[in-house]
Amino acid sequence: MTTNSDEQRQPLDLAAARQQLREKKGKDYWRSLNELANSPEFEKVIEQEYPRQASLLGTLNRRDFLKVLGASLALAGLTACVPQGSDKILPYVKPPEVLLPGKPVLFASTVLQDGYGQGVLITTTMGRPIKVDGNPKHPATLGGSDVFMQALPLELYDPERLKQVMNQKTAKTWGDFTNALGSLSGNWGQGAGLRILSGMTTSPSLIDQMGALLKKYPQAKWVQFSPVARNNSLAGANLVFGQPYEPVYDFSKADVILSLDCDFLFAEPGHVRYGRDFGVRRQPISANGTMNRLYMIEGSSTMTGSNADHRLAVKPSQIEGFARAIAARLGLAVTAPTGDVAGQPWLDALTADLKSAGKGALVLAGERQPAAVHALAYAINQALGAVGNTVNFIAPVAQGYAGDGYTALKTLAQEMSSGAVDTLVILDSNPAYTAPADLDFVKAMGKVKNVITLANAMDETAVLSSWAIPAAHSMESWGDARAFDGTISIIQPTIEPLYGGKSALELIAALLGQPVARGYDLLRTYWQGQLKGGDFALTWRDLLGKGVIADTASAPIASLPTATLNGMGALPAAASGMEIVFEPDYTVWDGRFTNNAWLQELPKPLSKLTWDNAAYLSPATATKLAITDGDMLILHVGERNMQAAASIQPGQPDDVVVLSLGYGRKEGGSVLANSGFNANLIRTSAAPWFQSGLQVTKGREKYTLATTHEHWTMENRDLVRSTDLEDYKAHPNFAHDGEEQAITLYGQEERTGYAWGMSINLNSCIGCNACVIACQSENNIPTVGKDQVIRGREMHWIRIDRYYKGSANRPRFVYQPVPCMHCEKAPCEVVCPVEATSHSAEGINEMTYNRCVGTRYCANNCPYKVRRFNFYKYVDENVASMRALRNPDVTARSRGVMEKCTYCVQRVNEARIQAEAEGRPIADGEVQTACQVACPTQAIVFGNINDANSTVRKLKDLPLNYGLLADLGTQPRTTYVAQVKNPNPMIKEEA
Amino acid sequence: MPPIFSSRSNTFVRVSIVVGLIAITAIVGYLVWWTHSSTFNQVGVKVPQPVPFPHNFHVAVLGLNCRYCHTGVDKAAFADLPPTETCMSCHSQIATNDPALAPVRDSWKTGKPIAWNKVYQVPDYVYFNHQAHVGKGVACETCHGRVDQMTTAVKANAMYMSFCVDCHRDPAQYVRPRANVYDMGYKPDGDQHKIGEKLVKDYAILPPTQLMNCSICHR
Repeated sequence: MTTNSDEQRQPLDLAAARQQLREKKGKDYWRSLNELANSPEFEKVIEQEYPRQASLLGTLNRRDFLKVLGASLALAGLTACVPQGSDKILPYVKPPEVLLPGKPVLFASTVLQDGYGQGVLITTTMGRPIKVDGNPKHPATLGGSDVFMQALPLELYDPERLKQVMNQKTAKTWGDFTNALGSLSGNWGQGAGLRILSGMTTSPSLIDQMGALLKKYPQAKWVQFSPVARNNSLAGANLVFGQPYEPVYDFSKADVILSLDCDFLFAEPGHVRYGRDFGVRRQPISANGTMNRLYMIEGSSTMTGSNADHRLAVKPSQIEGFARAIAARLGLAVTAPTGDVAGQPWLDALTADLKSAGKGALVLAGERQPAAVHALAYAINQALGAVGNTVNFIAPVAQGYAGDGYTALKTLAQEMSSGAVDTLVILDSNPAYTAPADLDFVKAMGKVKNVITLANAMDETAVLSSWAIPAAHSMESWGDARAFDGTISIIQPTIEPLYGGKSALELIAALLGQPVARGYDLLRTYWQGQLKGGDFALTWRDLLGKGVIADTASAPIASLPTATLNGMGALPAAASGMEIVFEPDYTVWDGRFTNNAWLQELPKPLSKLTWDNAAYLSPATATKLAITDGDMLILHVGERNMQAAASIQPGQPDDVVVLSLGYGRKEGGSVLANSGFNANLIRTSAAPWFQSGLQVTKGREKYTLATTHEHWTMENRDLVRSTDLEDYKAHPNFAHDGEEQAITLYGQEERTGYAWGMSINLNSCIGCNACVIACQSENNIPTVGKDQVIRGREMHWIRIDRYYKGSANRPRFVYQPVPCMHCEKAPCEVVCPVEATSHSAEGINEMTYNRCVGTRYCANNCPYKVRRFNFYKYVDENVASMRALRNPDVTARSRGVMEKCTYCVQRVNEARIQAEAEGRPIADGEVQTACQVACPTQAIVFGNINDANSTVRKLKDLPLNYGLLADLGTQPRTTYVAQVKNPNPMIKEEA
Repeated sequence: MPPIFSSRSNTFVRVSIVVGLIAITAIVGYLVWWTHSSTFNQVGVKVPQPVPFPHNFHVAVLGLNCRYCHTGVDKAAFADLPPTETCMSCHSQIATNDPALAPVRDSWKTGKPIAWNKVYQVPDYVYFNHQAHVGKGVACETCHGRVDQMTTAVKANAMYMSFCVDCHRDPAQYVRPRANVYDMGYKPDGDQHKIGEKLVKDYAILPPTQLMNCSICHR
C-alpha cells in the first residue's frame, strides 16, 4: 500500500455520523468525525498499527526484498566490532563553588510570557540549562508550568537563532553597532524622530531605564504593542471605574464561574495559577468545600470551554447581548436586548446560581470581547459582592500601559509613513509580522532611515531592519519582571549568551551612551537603589536563591468606585452572516514560538492538529458550505482576503470561521517554513479579534493537515468514565459499573519494596499539554516532522486523548492523558524475542534500547498503543547546540529502536541512590515524574503504591479509581480517577 | 529431459556445506578472539596523557586518598577528574619547574583546562554511578585494578557487561567493608563469601532480582 490513500479520501458523511449517533446507547465517546461516522477511512486507520507505515520501503518485489534482507543480515551486529574512540575530559581550572559534576544545579529565575513574569526553576547540568519547571515559591506558577515554559530549552538551543550583529545583511560586531549608534544619536536632539517599539514590558528596571531614555530625549516616544495584549480588559475597567485597572482572579474562592469568552486556563496572564486553583475546586471530594461550577459562553472552541460544566458556542458578537441580559436580571442599570438572546434557556437558572453564590461568584470576560463586556463583567462582580473575594483590581502590571496598544501602533505607523520617524528601536516584538493588515507596517518601515531590532532570529522584522542585534535569551540574561498579580521576580542567566546576545537592558543602556554596560550591573544597581535597609549583598543573594521578591504583589485598589455603566452605549445591532474569529494559538501563541519544533509538533488540545493552523468550522457550517476537511478556502473580510485550509471541528460555533494567530510566517528559520496560514493578513486594528461580514469561497486545491486524533486509538472500548455530581452521589461506584473481574492464568506476585504507580485525575486534567512537552524535554524525545506525523509516527511518550461525547454540534469534551500503563502483566513483554522490554522488581516496564532489534511485536501487542518506534534516525546527533539540549541521564535513541514512557526511571534511580546513600527509604513525593512536575493542576501523581500513606495509594483507594481496559487483565499501574462534572440540574442541555 | 544439475553438483553442495560451516566457525571464533584482545578492548594499553601523572607515586608513596582528586566518587555518578587548582595546591610549591608539569602551569596561567584522555569509556547507554557503588562497599580496586602500581592509568579490564553482571548476580563475591573501599591490595580477613554475605545484609544491598533489572544500568 502507498500513501495514495490520502488522495482517495472519501468526503465525510455527516448524515451517516448523525445516524450513527442516534443508534448509540449509553456512555459513548468518540474522537473524530470519521470515527463517529465509522467511515471506511477510519476503519483503515485502525486496522493498521502505524497508519500508512508500509510505504517505508516503497514497493519491493521478492528478489529485492531478499537482497535487502541478506545485506542486513551480513551487517547485523558488526557495528559493535570496532574499538571505541577515546573522548576527552576537561576538568575545571578552578571549580565553581556549587557544582558537583554529575549532579544537576537548579536556578530560580523567571521567564516571560508577553511581558508577564512566570517564576521558574531551571535545571542545569554541567552548566547547560536543560529543563524549565515552575517555581513553587512563585505565585504565578506554584510549581506548575505551561507548554511555552516547557519548550524554552529548545528555543535557547535553536541553531537558527541570530548569531551576530547584522547591518544591511553584512555581519558586524557590537562594537561596530555602538560606534554607528554614537554618530546616530548625535542627531537625535530632543528625540523627535526617535521611537521605541517593544512588546509588553513589566520589568521595573527596564521601565526605569526607559524613563531615563525618555528624559534624555523628551520628544521620543515608547510604544508597547502585543497582538494579544490585555487591551479590552483594561479598557473595560476604564469604562466602569474611570481607570484602566487590571483584574486578578482568585479561583480558589470561586464557587460559580461564568466565563464570557474567557479562555482563562490558557490565554490570561496567570493562567497557570488559575489552572491550579480551578483544578483544586474541581474535585467531587474537595478538601475545601464544594465543587465549583463553570458556565462558558464562547466564540470558539477553547480549552477552558472544553472543561466547562455548561458550554455554549455562539458567534462572538452575540455574547454582549447575553452579558447584558444577565446584568439586567441582576438589577444593573443596563439596556438589555428586547428579544431572546443566545443562551436564553440558561438565563434564569444561571442568574439564580450567581445570586446564591454571592461573593463566591466570578464573572470574567475574555480579551476577545469588547470593553463593554468586560465592563459588564466587572459591574456584575461588584453587584454580587465578589470584588475583594474572587476578583481584585490592581494598577496595570505593565506599568503605565492603558490598553491602547493598537491605537499606539496605528499612530506610530502613521508617523513612520509620514517620515517623522528617523530611528525606530524594536525590542521583543516582530511587528512586520504581527501588525494588523490595515497598518501596512512593512511599508511604513521602509520610510524609516534607521531601524534597530533586538531579534531572536532573522525574522520578518529583522530582515527589514538596518541593524539586527542578536537578543540574549531569557535564560542567558539578567532582568526582572512582574507577574499577573504584580509580584516581582528576578531573571538570572543560567548560561553565558551562546551567540553574544544582548538583553533589552543592555541595548537601552547603549542608547543612553553606555555601550559596555553589563546587564548584571544595571540590574543590581537598580535594585540596590530600590531595596534599601539591611545588607544589600545578603538581600540580593537571598532573592536570587528564591527567585521572588517577597511581598511585592500589587495591593488591590483600595477604594474602588462603584461601577457605572453609563458609558456603555447601546447594544450594537446584531450582525448577520458569518464571522471570522481569531485566537492566540495553543502551540505557537502569536507566532513567537513558530520556529520551535516541539511546539509545532504538539497536537493542539482540541483539534489535535500539528504543524499548521487551519480554518476551523463547525460540522453544520461545513455542511452548509459543502466543505470537507482539507479544502482550501478563500476567506474574504472587507477588501482583504487570504487562503486557509478547512478543518471541521465539532463544538465550534456555527457560522463562524476560527483562525489562530502565529502561522504563515516567512522568515526566521526552517521549522516555521510552509506551515499554516497568516491570520494577520485579514486582521485589522479596529477589529483584532472578530469581525462580521466574512465571505467564504471554496478553492480548488486540497491541503493535507497532520492531525493525530485518529492515531493510537483504542477502538471504542470503555475508556473514559464520567458522570454528573448528582449521579455520583447516588452511585459512588459508577466507575466500576459493568466491570468484569479479569481471570488470569498467571500467578499473582507479591509486591515487596517499592511498587511504582501513577494516578491521573480526569477531574483535574485541563488538556493543556504541558506534560507532553515536559516529557519531550526530559526524555530527549525527537520531533519527526509533518510528513511523519501524517504517517502516525509522532514520538510523544504521553499523549492526551481528547474525546467528544454527544452530538457533533454540541459535544462534551473529556481529556485523557495516556502514558505507558506499566502493566503488571504486560502484554508487550511476553512477545519480545530479545527481552528488550522487561519488568523491573519495582514494577516498571523497562525498555532497553540497545537490546531492541525493532520487531515492533511489543507495539503490536500493546492494547494502550503507547509504544513509539524510531522509523528513522530522528535524533539530531550532528548539530552541536542540539546535543547540548539533551538530558544526559536519558539515552538518545537511534533508528530502529522502540521506545516509550519509562516512569522517568532516571529520576527513580537517582532518588533510590540518594536515599540508599543516606540510609533511608524514598519519601513520598521524592520521585516526581517530569509530567507530574509540569502539570499545572496536579492531575498526575506518582509514587509508591505499596505505601499505604502515599498520595498515589490514597487516590487509588478511591471508588473513582479505575484502570484502562482493566478487564484485559493487564493490571495497569497507571490508573485514572473518573471524572465527575457539576452541571446545574436546572438546565437541561440539548444533545 | 536431461537433469538440470549434473551429478557433480552434489559434491559441490556437500563441499560448500562443510566449507561454509568451517568459515562460520572461524569468523565467530575470530570475532570472539578479537573482542577479547587488548587491541580491541584496550586493556593494559597505555593511554597517552598531556601530563604523565604517576598514580603509583601519588598513591603508594605519598599516600594520597583517591578522593583527594576524584572528589565526586562518593557523592555523584561521575568520579570527576581534579581541576587544575587541585594539582596546583601542591605543585605551586613542589616541582615548580618540572618540564612534565608545564601543561598544568600553562592551564593555571591561561585558564584553559587540561584535556585528559578518557581511560574507561562505557557506552552512552550505560549509566554507571560511582556513588552507589562506593557507598555499598565496591572498592575502586575491584574495577580499576592496582592503580597504586600504575604510572599513567591503564584500563584494568574490558568493562564488558559480563563483568558488571557477574557482581550484580552475586555481590557477596566482591564487596568489602566501607572502610577498605579506597585500599589497594586489600585481602579479606577470612572467607570473602562469608564476609561478603554479611556485608550485603549490613549495607542493605539490593537482591539480584533487582540488581539484574535492565533499568538499573540502562535507561
